[in-house]
Amino acid sequence: MTRKQKRLLVRIAAAFAVFAVGFFLPGWWKAGCMVAAWLIVGYDVLWAAARNILRGQVFDEKFLMALATCAALGMQDWAEAAAVMLFFQVGELFESLAVERSRRSITALMDIRPDTATVLRDGEEIETDPEDVRIGDLLLVRAGERIPADGVIVEGEASLDTAKVTGEAMPVDVCAGMRVVSGSVNLNGVLTIRAESAYEQSTVARILTLVETAAEKKAQTERIITKFAHYYTPAVIGAALLLALIPPLVFGQPFAEWLRRALTFLVISCPCALVISVPLSFFSGMGAAAKHGIVVKGGIVLEQLARTKTLVFDKTGTLTEGSFSVQSIRCASGTEAELLRIAALCEQYSNHPVAQAITAACHDPQGEVRIIREEAGYGVTAEIDGKSAAAGNARLMNSLGITPEETDAVGTHVFVTYDGAYLGMIAVADRLRDGAKETLNTLREQGIERFVMLTGDNERSAEYYAAQCGVTEYRAQLLPQDKVDFFAKILSGQKKNEAVAFVGDGVNDAPVLTAADVGIAMGGVGSEAAVEAADAVLLKDDLKKLPILLRIAKKKTAIAKQNIAFALIVKGVCLILGALGYAPMWLAIFADVGVAFIAILNAFRASVK
Amino acid sequence: MKKTYRLRDLDCANCAAKMENAINKLPEVESATVSFLMQKMTVNYAEGVDDAAALAVIKKVIHKVEPDCEVLA
Repeated sequence: MTRKQKRLLVRIAAAFAVFAVGFFLPGWWKAGCMVAAWLIVGYDVLWAAARNILRGQVFDEKFLMALATCAALGMQDWAEAAAVMLFFQVGELFESLAVERSRRSITALMDIRPDTATVLRDGEEIETDPEDVRIGDLLLVRAGERIPADGVIVEGEASLDTAKVTGEAMPVDVCAGMRVVSGSVNLNGVLTIRAESAYEQSTVARILTLVETAAEKKAQTERIITKFAHYYTPAVIGAALLLALIPPLVFGQPFAEWLRRALTFLVISCPCALVISVPLSFFSGMGAAAKHGIVVKGGIVLEQLARTKTLVFDKTGTLTEGSFSVQSIRCASGTEAELLRIAALCEQYSNHPVAQAITAACHDPQGEVRIIREEAGYGVTAEIDGKSAAAGNARLMNSLGITPEETDAVGTHVFVTYDGAYLGMIAVADRLRDGAKETLNTLREQGIERFVMLTGDNERSAEYYAAQCGVTEYRAQLLPQDKVDFFAKILSGQKKNEAVAFVGDGVNDAPVLTAADVGIAMGGVGSEAAVEAADAVLLKDDLKKLPILLRIAKKKTAIAKQNIAFALIVKGVCLILGALGYAPMWLAIFADVGVAFIAILNAFRASVK
Repeated sequence: MKKTYRLRDLDCANCAAKMENAINKLPEVESATVSFLMQKMTVNYAEGVDDAAALAVIKKVIHKVEPDCEVLA
């Protein structure tokens, strides 16, 4: 609770006590107590109302409350004046508490900001602002501290809590040589880290910028509702005026009664519940997504996602892991282990991604090796334990006078010879992400009708990966510009009330992210362009977050609609009752703050999980 | 030029909407959003506008709608 809220709570309690005592007192004592209670709980409302009149801003809810209670006093309904003001303030307090809570769920994302950084310079520990960290600095991170900049561990091991940064709940064990992201909390060890980025370029700074801009894109429904309120308020005020004047003047009805009805009418009509319920539904959706490590840039994103029927994927780095690994091994002679050993010995000094995949597959190969020659586009020839060896593509084999086998294995093929004999083939390829197919099936069940895969890769491998994850539509050999053109075609073929989403890793697809109705970047804080271009960012490189995001979007869009319907119906019914004289003031207040409060609760109903 | 300001004591959602409308009508402003939930205002100033002077105008508009609301840098 903020100080303001606490003060209001105290005032409500005090006013309630005075009210309760006064209730049992006779005559003017009672009146005195009621007026006192009214003033205690409502003085700020009265003051604000008076000020607003002077500024020409009438007909906000404070003005209406002041008017309604003053009228009650004028009619010597002391208890009603006090009760109405009390009820109104209780509603206001609840409303502000609920809003505060929702605000905190979003801003919780913000407390990844490291407070200080400890930099080691010439063996001395210097405490500085994280913003002063430069590339190459050695940083000391003790248990309980946040890592101030992205970097590599030089010394030490620890468990890291990365939940706030990636949405991954399990602590991650790290040791020397591993990369760590800023914003993670060191749970137990002492780490020395070499900074690989300055603070402004670090993951933390990117996420913070992202969250800062989160509420900028307002939902369509939100805009419509604001516009609606723009016409609605004067219309209701006009109706109230007619209600107060016509019956007494034209039909000779008692003026006091119809004035009271008109006032009730006005209190009911406050548009706050309507205006707040819609953005709050989306806002709570953004909070729910944030808990899963998904940053959504605004209500409109959830709204668009809820009506997305076509999902377009980038292949490399999105459906696949984007890193090479050994996929299959075929031995012509000897064992698999021997084949891998020879290949790894040949390739161990190469920094080609294919070579690195092979080295990674064979840990610490044994043998005396002398590299003879590494030639780009061919492979490596070497001498292992005094005998000649070679690992490379078909061209290298041909040049050595060996005919490699025909193969249809997916990926890049590395053929291996040792001591003049052909040993076999290793196929190295990118790997489909874990659960990619299942994720797509879930999305299909959630109402996505069309999946398209785009890739710069060749036709064969596109076909292979598309089939692997159950996508029937794909386009291969696309240059970045082709992707944009093709995407524009999909967009123009889309039905008016449907949206197209694009999922990419943001490396070279920023233009497509921008063009899409909903651009989703995966693990996108790695690239500044993606953060700018995307509408939603999955902080963690995890496809399985997509169904979660879609579920949240659908749920919250539905809730926003429910809230509008609920507020309109309750208000409509109460307005009619009020005009007919059946609505007491407390019902009118319920129709105002009560409805707002229930709409808020509804918005948060689903975000508990 | 886009600038973001924090707002203090912005107490009602409808007031935020009113402010947003009023600020968007200013000639100095290209577009603006007032977020009640984030208690924040983002202003896209029109080209060649002195933002300090424009902010003073915006503050006046805000005060007219909600006198208690303060603009923080």
